[in-house]
Amino acid sequence: MFRKFTLTAVALLALFSGPATAAEVEAEIHDYDFSFEGPFGSYDQMQLQRGLQVYTEICSACHGMELVAFRTLADDGGPGLPEDQMRAYAEFYEIFDQSLFDGEGDFRLATPADKFPSSNVATAPDLSLMAKARAGFHGPYGTGISQFVNGMGGAEYIASLLSGYRDEPECALEAEQPMDGYYNIAFAAGGYPETCIDDHGHYTVPGSWISMAPPLYGDDVEFADGHSTDLEHVAQDVAAFLMWTAEPKLMARKQAGLTGFLFLTVLSVLLYLTNKRLWAPHKHKD
Amino acid sequence: MGGIPHDHYEPKSSGEKWLHSRLPIVGLLYDTLMIPTPKNLNWMWIWGIVLVFTLVLQIATGIVLVMHYVPHVDMAFASVEHIMRDVNGGHMIRYFHMNGASLFFVAVYAHMFRSLYYGSYKAPREVTWIVGMLMYLLMMGTAFMGYVLPWGQMSFHGTAVITGLFGAIPFVGESIQTWLLGASAVGQPALNRFFSLHYLLPFVLLGLTIVHVWAFHTTGNNNPTGVEVRRTSKEEAAKDTLPFWPYFVIKDLFALAVILVVFVAIVGFMPNYLGHPDNYIPANPLATPSHIVPEWYFLPFYAILRAFTADVWLVQIVQFLSFGIIDAKFFGVLAMFGAIAVMALAPWLDTSSVRSGRYRPTFKWWFWLLVIDFIVLMWVGARPAEFPYDWISLVASAYWFAYFLVILPLLGVLEKPNTPPATIEDDFNAHYAPKGEGKAPIAEPAE
Repeated sequence: MFRKFTLTAVALLALFSGPATAAEVEAEIHDYDFSFEGPFGSYDQMQLQRGLQVYTEICSACHGMELVAFRTLADDGGPGLPEDQMRAYAEFYEIFDQSLFDGEGDFRLATPADKFPSSNVATAPDLSLMAKARAGFHGPYGTGISQFVNGMGGAEYIASLLSGYRDEPECALEAEQPMDGYYNIAFAAGGYPETCIDDHGHYTVPGSWISMAPPLYGDDVEFADGHSTDLEHVAQDVAAFLMWTAEPKLMARKQAGLTGFLFLTVLSVLLYLTNKRLWAPHKHKD
Repeated sequence: MGGIPHDHYEPKSSGEKWLHSRLPIVGLLYDTLMIPTPKNLNWMWIWGIVLVFTLVLQIATGIVLVMHYVPHVDMAFASVEHIMRDVNGGHMIRYFHMNGASLFFVAVYAHMFRSLYYGSYKAPREVTWIVGMLMYLLMMGTAFMGYVLPWGQMSFHGTAVITGLFGAIPFVGESIQTWLLGASAVGQPALNRFFSLHYLLPFVLLGLTIVHVWAFHTTGNNNPTGVEVRRTSKEEAAKDTLPFWPYFVIKDLFALAVILVVFVAIVGFMPNYLGHPDNYIPANPLATPSHIVPEWYFLPFYAILRAFTADVWLVQIVQFLSFGIIDAKFFGVLAMFGAIAVMALAPWLDTSSVRSGRYRPTFKWWFWLLVIDFIVLMWVGARPAEFPYDWISLVASAYWFAYFLVILPLLGVLEKPNTPPATIEDDFNAHYAPKGEGKAPIAEPAE
């Protein structure tokens, strides 16, 4: 019954994986190799620290992270800043505290218990959960196979987006009005010029127009560990950092998953043997 | 129990006798645990235990989550993140609860299709089936309301869409929708009452689980042959059955452990695979997600809901005949609930004299087509409502109704079933030949 079920499911997928008819914007997401992928993957502490630096020096100008507490920067399985560095980092920020000044509120230096400030710019989304709020991979044809094989691809999406700015394609230059925003091959949810849609309704160039100006160009930061500051590397570092802000307990979770997996596998074997022995006399096998 | 003759609990010590004459609870537990169970049950009879386990898992993790969750539109999202970040082990508890819902529905669908294949719903087990259908409806309600609680984008806009369905009911729809939400739109009153009901309904489910078990312990289990256990004497019954403890408890625990290996791997390594990324964005009434998709376990019925659009001639005829009272939207709602209703009526729609699908050569084909149909519906439910998906969902929805309303009644008359074995013992011995004999002559048709 089960085998038949699996076979029919596979046959079905094959049957319906014909060409898609509906035109959708194609986003070019590069499948970067991140250290935290797979059951045994873990965060690269140095990469998270570099990503924190990129966030601090560039992203934080507009974007907030109001769900992330400064103290977690010192946690295991994260950037792992030494205690004193983490405290010094927190004091780098000023926080509005409603309890000061007899309830009127005032600014004060942040402490480890405080969280990162919210976004400075109203249109800039909070980045705390960005790596889980976006999926880099989809389909094919709504089956979810891509995400099963490649993962959800949130970090890949961020890295691809940050390094996905390109010169405007020629078809867009033909449009009567210039497009608002910036052309990005990894961004699917933005504006799109009519001149880049062919007679069949297909989109002729990947990506769309995003309102965020290119934040990174390469060599935007200087890393103390001497790591490459190429655009792609910086983009990956900050994407890895944002994966950590979105899933700070990833390493603990994988550890727990692995332990549970092994324990239950052993338990399954023991129960299998118990069951086999229990039934043997009744199945005339002893 | 089950009208199957077997040994009952006999209090021995004076203490046992004292309690037994006042409250026969040990006897009740003994008889429940030692119930004679057909010894030929196959691996599709393990889902009940998986479901009980999942219900307990969901209640246990849920109670801890409630200790940290805040049902307020401004704080719900952040409180879930507080659980994920600051509560000890909170991320695991929350991921277990979140994926536990999926395990629940995997198990319940396997359980339901097992009943449909082996005719478990047929007399005398109709009440077990009906109670099971009620439990399934409650499960869906509970799961839906639980998905609202994190107050993400999909929570919010999914709620707006689903409660909007009730608005499609003629005349009273809008009032019902307002009554459900406690306001004219999704907001704080809706979140509060969904939280309350999400906590209440699992305990109702627990109660119905007892009724469900009570019902099939009264009739005895069905089994892959659909042949009843012999009840003429204790000796004959013992040839067809083995006590639930230890034989089926250990077997079910083994199956449960294997399923949990997969479950723990999903929770540990890909906990967000079955969810939607948009639910990690806080709810924003002003920004509607481009695709509002329900959780995977609702998709088959969501597909049926969307299949009947205004350009389907059947919808147009019904709209004409009802003087416009039943429009396309209301038709879709009726179809969705009707799809579950026809399934609940299966015991009276199935006219075959043979219970198990194993001995029904034509039925088998239609049944497997129904399984495929279900998977197709699940798939198109998540696709955009446009060509060719609109056609696929219409055809697949039509088959769902045809299976229960046309095929099941007709097959019982037209089909010539094979002869099931005379007893469960014969079937069991055909698999596991007693010593000194070759394989018994009864061939089991391929499954």
